[in-house]
Amino acid sequence: MKNLRILALSLITITTFSSCSDDDNKGPVNEEEVITTVSATFTPQGGGTPVVLLSRDLDGDGPDAPVVTVSGNFTAGRVYDGNIHFLNELANPTEDITTEIQQEGDQHQLFYQHSGIGTFTYADQDENGKPVGLSVVYTATPTPGAGSLTITLRHLPNKTAQGVEGGNITNAGGGTDAQVSFPVVVE
Amino acid sequence: MRIYIVLLALLAGSWCAHSQHTINGKVSAPQNKPLDGAHIHIGTLHGVSAPDGYYEVHNIPTGQQRVVASYIGYKAVDTLLNVYGDIKLDITLVPETTQLEEVVLAESKVSRNTTHEQRLKTETIDKYSNGSLGDALKEIAGVYSLKTGSTIVKPVINGLHSSRVPVISNNVRLEDQQWGTEHAPNLDINAAGKVSVIKGASALQYGGDAIGGLILVEPVSVLKDTLFGKTIVTADSNGRGGSLSSSLHKGNDNGWAWNAGGTFKYMGDREAPDYVLSNTGNRETNFAGDVKYLGNNYNASISYSFYNATIGIAKATHIGNVADLVRAINNGKPDVVEPFTYTINAPRQEVQHHLAKANFNRQLSDDASLSLQYAFQLNNRKEFDMRRGDFANIPALDLTLATHSVNADWKKTANETEYKVGISAAAQFNDASPDTGVRPLIPTYDKYDAGAYGIVSHSFSETLSGEAGLRYDFSHISATKYYQKTRWNNLGYNGVYDHFITGDYGTQWLTNPEFTYHNISASLGLRKKLSADFDLLANAGLAMRNPNPSELFSDGLHHSNGTIELGNLGIEKEKALKLSVTLLKTNGNFRLEATPYLNAIRDFIYLSPTGVEYTIRGTFPVYNYMQDNVLMAGLDLHTDWDITSHFRHSFNFAYVYADNTSKNEPLIDMPPLNIGNTVRYTSDWHNLFLELRSEAAFTQARYPNNNFYADVPVNGELVPTYVDISTPPAGYHLLHFASGMQFPVGKTMASVNFSVNNIFNTAYRDYLNRQRLYTDDIGRNFQLQLKLNY
Repeated sequence: MKNLRILALSLITITTFSSCSDDDNKGPVNEEEVITTVSATFTPQGGGTPVVLLSRDLDGDGPDAPVVTVSGNFTAGRVYDGNIHFLNELANPTEDITTEIQQEGDQHQLFYQHSGIGTFTYADQDENGKPVGLSVVYTATPTPGAGSLTITLRHLPNKTAQGVEGGNITNAGGGTDAQVSFPVVVE
Repeated sequence: MRIYIVLLALLAGSWCAHSQHTINGKVSAPQNKPLDGAHIHIGTLHGVSAPDGYYEVHNIPTGQQRVVASYIGYKAVDTLLNVYGDIKLDITLVPETTQLEEVVLAESKVSRNTTHEQRLKTETIDKYSNGSLGDALKEIAGVYSLKTGSTIVKPVINGLHSSRVPVISNNVRLEDQQWGTEHAPNLDINAAGKVSVIKGASALQYGGDAIGGLILVEPVSVLKDTLFGKTIVTADSNGRGGSLSSSLHKGNDNGWAWNAGGTFKYMGDREAPDYVLSNTGNRETNFAGDVKYLGNNYNASISYSFYNATIGIAKATHIGNVADLVRAINNGKPDVVEPFTYTINAPRQEVQHHLAKANFNRQLSDDASLSLQYAFQLNNRKEFDMRRGDFANIPALDLTLATHSVNADWKKTANETEYKVGISAAAQFNDASPDTGVRPLIPTYDKYDAGAYGIVSHSFSETLSGEAGLRYDFSHISATKYYQKTRWNNLGYNGVYDHFITGDYGTQWLTNPEFTYHNISASLGLRKKLSADFDLLANAGLAMRNPNPSELFSDGLHHSNGTIELGNLGIEKEKALKLSVTLLKTNGNFRLEATPYLNAIRDFIYLSPTGVEYTIRGTFPVYNYMQDNVLMAGLDLHTDWDITSHFRHSFNFAYVYADNTSKNEPLIDMPPLNIGNTVRYTSDWHNLFLELRSEAAFTQARYPNNNFYADVPVNGELVPTYVDISTPPAGYHLLHFASGMQFPVGKTMASVNFSVNNIFNTAYRDYLNRQRLYTDDIGRNFQLQLKLNY
């Protein structure tokens, strides 16, 4: 009879879970998804010293702000091949998230917003022929000056929205996975 | 002697051509002792028994009627009866035993019950068969709802919710991670036979921490030797789905009785007037059943219920950082609108709640009884977020909460005085799975509680009664939590809470925070019968609530809010003193309930913005749990006016004025002034009813300004941008229509109900909907409901 089954089920539930206390220390949570580090390496075409932009936040969503470093200045009018890497240095060993973003290229896009320090052109594509932005070609402005560069990684952007393919973030939507700003000098 | 009630319904006479019937019979105590002056209420009609116990009630319409028979000192009978003809109904009332059946009826003598319990009608419970408990409770004046989208609905009593409003389901306090504002009560409204609200902490037998109030949900209790069933099929246009709920009840006066019921819900994306709310479908599969044995002077029961829900959270509310939040606020509509689908992706919640209980009641003598209860609850909550790659199928939050509780309650009535004494104990174990790859917001913890209470109620005269109660509660909580060392220092714990540290894991401390609480709560109530129609109730309640785990331990990014929420180990318990007066008029063509109240809360715990933090994701506002003194004053008003025998007008009014007196600013998230007007036409023809309901929520003008400036990239430069998260949305007015008819189908009764919610498809946002910054609330919904009683 149905009731007997209910009765049996209730009893089983009681006996099964009556000692759920589990004080075993399983160690701290391995934070697998956090991006702690964004590094952008711009290598001048034709040779020269690369410019490395680095933002590191080793306490993740903890109170410390990211530490931003810029290795040097860009040269006016030069063309650079940029490669962006995302790392999780909280995972042990350090995890390189870049490959994952590449594999899921259709679900990610990087955007380069700046205050007129030159032009950024996407140099990679996802499986649908849309840009991802892990590789980029940067042409520095011919006029020297200082400004800032904000690199944003969007998860699940709308890549078909107006201007998105060309690198305009306005209509991209999606959720921000990383957003880092660097002070840059073009000399 | 029989413990439970004998109800013998004999169909007398044939089917009547007209639809007005008479019910008569005899009301007696056990051993066939007639009861003189017992009250019998059938629907809105009533009768009183003669010295030989005989009564008659005329002009009863065809259909399902609620029958309540009561006599002071005896357990009231409260049941549903299908009336198709004249009926002879003999009722045996037994001296009050241990159960919670309280008589809330106008007696010739004043009731000893000094707290006013507001009940939902069965029709209202059925109406929300495909909705939730929170939706249904909103029909009570003074109860608002705190929503996350349209399916996660939490009841708000006089401005307070969550940990301040315990839900008592089947006499068991529901332990389902209820601290979370986006955690709805894990129970199926279809399993409820009775739902009522007690505002304030007067019902000390259930606990001393109900600073806001209590929700009591009781299963269907069948009081006669019969087998009956009920099936409700509901179809909704908005969400393009529906639900099926079916239950069978076997009642008995002696021997075995049982109940079993199940609910299945399947809904797709809801739609706002102008767009689809992507990823807002939900599913539910629920079961509830019990088996009871009724002996001569005892009864024993065992029950089990299972709630299993998958709830989609609108995709538009997922934000990565403040720049995304600014974009969402400024756009005014979601930037993710996909075609309608039944599929539920991330973000979503998957929750399961098991409740098993064993209960034993014994009648010790004619006027004393004892009740013993053990209950076990197992709650599992998984929250899936929009995550990268392989993490998409791993929950970002995975909590398992197991709670054991035991209660012993003793009750004795002596002359004009009733004594209630009880003890309770509980052990609770929370397990936060570390497999999520996300530091859990709520840590693993063990909690032990014990409490004891005593309540005395006394009738001083024919018109005056009083009640006084006292309760003591002990609680001890021991948590295991990892703190980032940077956070530990940032919160100022270094040097203060070093004794909690048990391990050093490089960048993190392993800690074992432990807290012990001793709480006293008290209640005092008076009830005065002013005249045959008017009763005045006055209540004072002192309640204490311990900080919940999120208030103590929260530490990290709350994705659905885009905020960093920080608990504090220094948070102390909340203390509240609530004073309220209720004026009741329960008879006549015009009925009234008016409750003004004052609630003074010391060390009220709330989230307050304290600044911003920078991460690789961008900027986030930081909210810390803080404590301040709060004063709340309000008025709940409900009236019913039978304009003619066919037309009734009902009115609801609720206003609460709440101030943070420490900071001298309004308290956040208080329900705006809200007013409901219902006009209902009823006809004897197939019990037709037509109802038009207007629901008006005003703009909340009193709110603290928590707006802030955050750096948002504009052309590569980070520009400080004003983020308006505080301004409440504009008030709104909605119109709803409902109608229904009943048809006899063979020996059973079928009802067909048709309703339209939000007739004009009004686009609106509610201040207490946590998604108000991102999307509109849902638009028009057509609902068709078929009810079968058999």
